[in-house]
This record gives sequence, structure tokens and C-alpha cells, in this order.
Amino acid sequence: MADYSWPEADRRAQIGARPARLDGPVKSTGFAKYPSDQNPDGLLAAKILTCPHAHARIVGIDTSAAEAMPGVRVVHVIQGEGSEIQWAGDEVAAVAAVTEDLARDALRAIRVDYEVLPHFVTEEDRDGAPGARPAGERAEGDPDAAFATAHRAVERTLGMPQMAHMCLEPHGQVCSWDGDELEVHASTQAVSTLAGQFATELGLPASQVRIRTEYMGGGFGSKFSPDRWGIVGAELARKAGAPVKLFLERDQEVTVAGSRPSAFARIRAAADERGKLVAWDSDSWGSGGLPGTGQTPLPYVFSRLPNRRTRHTSVPTNLAGSRAWRAPNHPQACFLTMAVLDDLADELGLDPIDFLERNLDLTGRPDTYREQLAIAAEMASWKERWQPRGREREGALQRGLGVSVHTWGGRGHSSNCDVTVHPDGAVEARIGSQDIGTGTRTIVAQVLAETFGLELHQVRVSLGDNVYPQSGPSGGSSTVGGVTASTRRAAQDALREVLVHVAPRLEAEPEQLVAGGGRVFVDGDSSRGMSWREAAAQIGGAPISVQGRNPGPGRLISSGVGGVQIAEVEVDVDTGVVHVERMIAVQDCGLIINRRLAESQVYGGLIMGVGYALYEEWIPDPVSGRLLNADMEFYKLAGLVDVGSLEVHMMTGPGYDERGVIGLGEPPVISPGAAISNAVANAIGVRVPYLPLTPDRVLDALAGRGEPA
Amino acid sequence: MRPFGYAAPATVEQAVGLLAAEGSEALAGGTDLLSLLKDDVERVDRLVALRGVAGLSGIELDGGRLRVGAMTTLQELRDHEDAIEALPALAVAIDGVASAQLREMGTVGGDLLQRPRCWYYRRGFGLLALTADGRSMAAEGDNRYHAIFPAGEARFVNPSSLAPLLVALGAEAVVHGPAGERRLPVEALYRAPLSPGERENTLAPGELLAGVEANVDGSRSAVYEVRQRRSLDWPLMAAAVTLTGSGPRAEKARIVLGHAAPTPHVASAAGDLLSGQELTSETVAAAANAAVEDARPMSGNRYKVQLARTAVRRALGHAAGMEI
Repeated sequence: MADYSWPEADRRAQIGARPARLDGPVKSTGFAKYPSDQNPDGLLAAKILTCPHAHARIVGIDTSAAEAMPGVRVVHVIQGEGSEIQWAGDEVAAVAAVTEDLARDALRAIRVDYEVLPHFVTEEDRDGAPGARPAGERAEGDPDAAFATAHRAVERTLGMPQMAHMCLEPHGQVCSWDGDELEVHASTQAVSTLAGQFATELGLPASQVRIRTEYMGGGFGSKFSPDRWGIVGAELARKAGAPVKLFLERDQEVTVAGSRPSAFARIRAAADERGKLVAWDSDSWGSGGLPGTGQTPLPYVFSRLPNRRTRHTSVPTNLAGSRAWRAPNHPQACFLTMAVLDDLADELGLDPIDFLERNLDLTGRPDTYREQLAIAAEMASWKERWQPRGREREGALQRGLGVSVHTWGGRGHSSNCDVTVHPDGAVEARIGSQDIGTGTRTIVAQVLAETFGLELHQVRVSLGDNVYPQSGPSGGSSTVGGVTASTRRAAQDALREVLVHVAPRLEAEPEQLVAGGGRVFVDGDSSRGMSWREAAAQIGGAPISVQGRNPGPGRLISSGVGGVQIAEVEVDVDTGVVHVERMIAVQDCGLIINRRLAESQVYGGLIMGVGYALYEEWIPDPVSGRLLNADMEFYKLAGLVDVGSLEVHMMTGPGYDERGVIGLGEPPVISPGAAISNAVANAIGVRVPYLPLTPDRVLDALAGRGEPA
Repeated sequence: MRPFGYAAPATVEQAVGLLAAEGSEALAGGTDLLSLLKDDVERVDRLVALRGVAGLSGIELDGGRLRVGAMTTLQELRDHEDAIEALPALAVAIDGVASAQLREMGTVGGDLLQRPRCWYYRRGFGLLALTADGRSMAAEGDNRYHAIFPAGEARFVNPSSLAPLLVALGAEAVVHGPAGERRLPVEALYRAPLSPGERENTLAPGELLAGVEANVDGSRSAVYEVRQRRSLDWPLMAAAVTLTGSGPRAEKARIVLGHAAPTPHVASAAGDLLSGQELTSETVAAAANAAVEDARPMSGNRYKVQLARTAVRRALGHAAGMEI
């Protein structure tokens, strides 16, 4: 049985190094062609007409004027007369025309008559929600008795609204037909699974659908399926007999192409004299648009808390259904839990880090958290600089520190990889994965280069195409584990085959040989060796091609990580404006393949985290039912000058490396909302109960109006 | 995009003639109007491009009188060292215009006459944004960025970055029209529309804003904007103040709020309160309170009253060179 493993620390040339991403130059110079950059000959532009009402029935639709417009090739009704529309922005009709502007003009020429129906879009108001329904209740121990005898307890009502994914490259694709074969350049997180989904919808064999995604401009969990606009795009292209590009407009991207569910909760938590958590009671609710939402995992991280009761209510609204957003449910659960624990620590008169430490036995990774809390506290000079609430300085600008902890799985997904060694020494990997901006292309190349003892430029990686071996969708931080396991196994197998051919020439057994530094040689005696090129020439005239498959957790990969973050903020108490001065992130993710890209993932998580902590939210209009900020003007993203100083510490070395590769894309985005909220509470002496921490909410809390009636 | 005509006059007279026709609209830097047309929020029959019109751009500083042509770009004004030295608050107001691209393309006249950012207006519900049965969408909906001094059914805010400062300075607008040139105080350029279809400025058909003039000697001015983000963002509230006289006493104080009302909001009671007074933290706080005494915030923008108070206090502090 072959042995698959990572090299020992002193034998790693690539693993753990910090090479720049291979596609950095083509991306930064604009040579990288994203799906939305594809412009095949004869291309038509398509646009979608959406419903302006949050709830309506279509009583008539007339497309004749649009059809008569010169340059309009196809008009396609998506939802016709009699259809009930459940959210503003839902797709009604589509047009393919010779230019984008003409397609937009044609949409305006389509006449749709609606019977407008009552809508509900503001789920903070659970009691006013027409479709609210219980969605789970659990109890363990005896919370009522535990609260009755507890030393201290707090009760808070907290929440965070729905927010958008706001992918810079909107959802969409370019569809081209060649006879009954469809090729789709899709902006997707799921190259290998998309073909089957297109095929089912279009009534084709999946073997006739080709999906290509060389580069893509962000998904964050919102780009796993063809979506209605994908199928419509393919239909338009088929009817027009020409390739069709259909990408959503920005307002559509914000409104229908991805949102994170909201989460609100009334929470009670209690501790004993020693600062040990003894009881929890949460009554939560939230919405992910029309489907409502499932239970938020409360209490978060401290899931072994005894005596707990959780209830959840799902609140459907007339808004488009939510999608997985980077670490689904975790940022919400983390904020709700860590804010309450932080307030309880204050009630107990304890330093919040001390309080967390006293309760780490209630978590799944006490040793990891203890170590990480110590490192984060050291980086923040917490002991010297943390002050209890209520010790404000002179003047309007107040500073505060806040802490939060989080967890994630990150187990590698199913993945297959073909590795080929050519007789001239060329090495390549083909894998039906996708690089969604995380650096997948680069880490696959590093694994290849490491295994064959080569430099990065000597190996070639092909991905982003479903003709390559199936590899899983990039979600759940599962890609790095999946693709490195399949690549490493294929590469080790291919190398072993090469060594079998080389061994006789070196008068050695294949098991004695190793590859490194561009050579193949006898382990321990580098004089008995040959160049890689010479070694590869020994395989004969035909290349060696081996497929590797990720069999699941083992020596190469595993799952389960912890992280600690500390935020430092400055709050202007006369304006309510919060500025993040500094974010400290301490994160483990097992064996790191590329240190630079790993840190980059954490930076990205922190930036996105500052965004939802301070700025980002869907603002649905109770009057019209439409989103009022489906744009980049009032849907506010964090800019570079808004994110403060970001400091990342990765847990590596003994105790971490031997766990193998674990995913990292999601964990760093979980804690920022909680850590920043806690820092603001520390700065101003009162909890701002809602995210994002906008000036109105901060001033309300300062005025003692934080709790809703 | 709906088709429209395009005219590129060379003289003010030609421009005035073209603008007199119904459906004509002046095109300055184009940073906003073109988006409004693409989004079908506004419709025009003809754009009259002012870029090639002689005499509409340039900066003059002469004996304490600053004259700025309407087609001068914001960046040109920002780069004019004499103008900035004479009126440092201009730098604050212009730097507040995000982004560099907008400052390079956007003009002084375009800033003064730009359309409101109200999200109901921008979604095609009209400036007054009334429902079919005449109710105000902003009043009943989400008004977090709307006026704390609504005027009738007008609930949007004037978004100009330069207007509060120019109004505080007592600047004049120079307007050309079919009847020749007229001059009016900058605040008289604005009005709150009373009925749907009415504009938020007072220019008559055929009139165009040619420039602004202000005396910049013998007074101290400051602008303070409250902004949530340090990167590209609209102010949530802005205050501009002009103090005449030197030393701790203000002979006369003019205080103007931006992003507070459908027009630049002259807080005359606050200004009067300070006029002839020594500026102390007490008098400044009293003026800040007076500035919002008649505020009528809506369901979601009460916080802007506090922002207005703070902006006035800080602008006064900057103008007087004191820690407030």
C-alpha cells in the first residue's frame, strides 16, 4: 500500500513557502480573461427585465414592441401571465440584442401589467410578520433552575440585518452552442457540477455541456448553480443561433444574486461566582428572504454550556432567497454569542479574555483557544492597554478593545487530479477545480513542484474546465484540502513510476530515490543521481499519467480549526462614527501550503468583516418593498482607509502541521463583527445592539435608546 | 438609453438659445447626468454641452473678490493656490468630494446644481416621491439619509459640497439667460419643489449658471463634514460657517447646513445668536443647539440632529481656531 504524506519540515522546498500567486501578473495587467471578458464572434448581449414590486401577480405581458425593434434577436418570457411574483427583482422576461444598450431599451418596451399584492420586508419586526413559523426548539439541563441560582445574568436583544455578497464580477455567463453542444463561460464556484445542472434544465446529456472558468470575480458562496439567468442565457443563445452574454446589472446583483440571512435574538446568559457559564436561553429569529431561515447555532463555540434552551423562529419576507455567505450562520451566531458573553464578563467585573479562558472547557478546542488567546493578547498589548468599560477619556474620541473566538470545519472535498509526466520532463496537473481568487492554481502548482523537486515555473496547472477530472465546488473552505490531497497522491504515484524506470540506472532500489533540487538521487548520497530531465527521459516514449483521488481525512488533510481576533476601535461619541484602528487575527489551519496566500485569506476575511461590522446591510423599503441601496453608493463596502491595521498570526509548526491541510477561506470572517462590537462597547461603555455599527445606532445606544420597544 | 440630441455651442448666447427649448438640459462634467439618463430617471430631448462655451471657466482673485467660472473643474479650483490660501475651507469642501475622478471631471456649476441623491428619486419615484394616494414614501419608508428640515413634501437633501460654504460667505451666483445677465445670492439658486415635476433650482428655461463670486477677505470660514467612511462616501451632515471680524469676537456669523434640507439650510437663529458675541464653548454650544431648534426629523433620522449640532460646533471651532 502506497504511503501518501507531506514531506518532513526540513525537506519542504515549496510547502509553507510564500511564493506570489501565479496569476497575479495577468490579473493585475488585465490580460486575464474573466467569463465576463469573453467576446466570441457574433456575440449578442442579453438583459433581464425584473419585477419592480415585492409581491404581485402578472395580469398581462406584451412583448410585441420589443420584438419589433431592429437589432433585437430574441425576446423570452420567463414568467408570464398569471405568475405570482414574491420579491422585487424577480425575473420576468429577457432580451438578446446586438448591443447591451439596445437590450436595455428593448426591456423598456416590454409592457407588463401587475396586480400589486401586500408585501412584508422588515423582519426585525417578528410580531408583524405574516409568515413567521417556529423553526426548532432545544433544551438541555434545567435552565430555569440555573438562572434562579446564578450569581450574575444579562439579557440582551441583538441583531444583524441581511446583507449582500456584492461580487465585483456579477453573476452571469457567456453561452455558445455548436450544434447541440453547449459551452458556457461561467462565473462560478462549481465547474465540475455545473454541467449536470445545465443539462438537466435544458434536456441535454451532461456530456454535451462544457463549463469553463479560467478566472472569476468573487462568489463568497453565491455562485454554485446555473441560476435562472444561466438557463435563460442558454435558451436565448439557442434561439438566436449566436453566442449570448448575460451578466446581471449591479442592482440585480445586489437584489437577487446573494444575501446573508439576518439574525436577531433575545438572549439571557448567566454565570456563577467563579465566572463559569451556567445557563443560556435564547429566542432567535431571522430571515433569508422568502424561504425564511434555519436555526442559528447558539451558543456559539461554547456549545457545551450546561442548562441551555434555544428557540428559533423563521421569518419569510418578500425578498429574494439568501445564499451561503462565507461561513454560513457563523458570523451571526458568533456576534450574538460573543456580545452577550462580553456583556456578562462586564457584569461579573472580569476581563473578557479572562472570562473566556475560564470557560474554554465548554468549547471543542480549549488548548488551541488558550494558546491563541495568549498570542492575540500579547500582540494587542491587552494586559497593559485594556480598561474596563466606563473609564472614558476626555474628549469625543474613545478607544476600546474587543475579543472574539470562532471555529470552522474546513475538510477537503471530493477531488480528482490527473498528473502527467512527459518524457521531456514536463509536468502538468489537470483538475476540474476553480480558482475563485483564493490561489488554488498556485497551491496545486506548489504541491506538484514540491513532489517532483522542481521550481514553480517548471510545472503547469490546468483548471477551470469540466473536461478535467471532477473536483468539488469551492464552498465550505473545502478546496485547499481536496485539491492538495488529490494532487499530492497523483504526483507521488507518478513520481514512483518514474523512479522505477530510473532506479536501474543508479543501481538502486526505487524506494531509495528521492526528487529534489531539480534532480533525482539516492537519498543520503546526492552524487548518485541525475537531472530531472534525464530521469524523465527514462520513462520511454509515452508520458506517465496518473489520477489521484482525495479519499477523505487522513495524513494529508483533516478539519476543525479555531481562531481568535481582537479589534481596536476609535469611536467619536459626538457623531457615532466608528473607525477600526487595528484588527489582530490568530488563526490555525493545519499545514499551510502557501504562507502568503494563507495570510491573504485572513486579510480578506478581516476586510469583509470590517465591512459587515460597520457598513454593509440590505435596506429594504417598507413602502415599495424594494431595496433602497441596490448600488455601490449606499450599499457601503469598506475601503482601504477604513480597515485599519491588519495583523495576522498563523499557528504553524509542531502541533499544527501534522494535522495536514485544512481550509481557511471562511474562519477569519466569522469574528470581526463580534470583536468590533465588543470593542465599541468597551470604548463607549454601552452595547450597540445591532450591526452594522452605523452612527445612528451608536448614538441611539449612547442615548440609552439601544433596546427596541 | 433613450435617444437624445446633442448640441455643442461655442458662446453663452448660443447656449442660452439652445437651453430655452423645452427638453433641453445643460451638460457640464457629465458625472451624474449621464447615469440618470442611463437609469431612465431623467429624460431629455437634447443635451447642451457647456464644455466648449467660451468664458465659463477660470478662476480670478482680485482685491479679495474670488470669481470662479461654473465650468471650472473642482480639481482646478483645488489646485489654485491663491484661492485656497484666501479661503482654506474650500480645500476641505472639495476634498470631501469623492473621488479623484469626480473632482477631475466634475465642475463647480455641476456641484452646485447636481441632482439629489435621494434613493426614492434615484429609483424613479420622483423628487417628492409620493405614493399614488399622495403619501410621502420617505416619511413612511426609510429616511435615514433624508432631511431634518423637510419643506412641504420635499424630504430629500441638497447634496452640494460647495453650496453651504458659498452661502455662508454670502456668495453671488452669476446667471445668464435670454434677458442677459442677472446676479443673485447663491442660496436663491435653490428651492424646495412644491409639486411633482418642479425642479429644486430656480433657473428659468434658457438660463445657465455662469459662475460664482464671493468676497473672501476679512472673514474666517470653515467647513465640517460628518462622514461615516473615510473612503468614498457622502457626508451624513455638513456645516459651513463664516465669521467676520477678528479675535475672539464674531461681528457677524453665518451658519449653513448641508445634507440637512432640500436646500442649503441657513441656520439664521444660530448665526444671530453668535453675532457680536465672543466665541466660547458655551456660546458655540448655544449656537449649535439653536441651529437645530426647529429641526423636524423623521422616523429614522433623529441622529442627524445630533450630527448637525456637532458639525456646527466643530466648524465654528475650526473657523475661530479654538478647541471646542
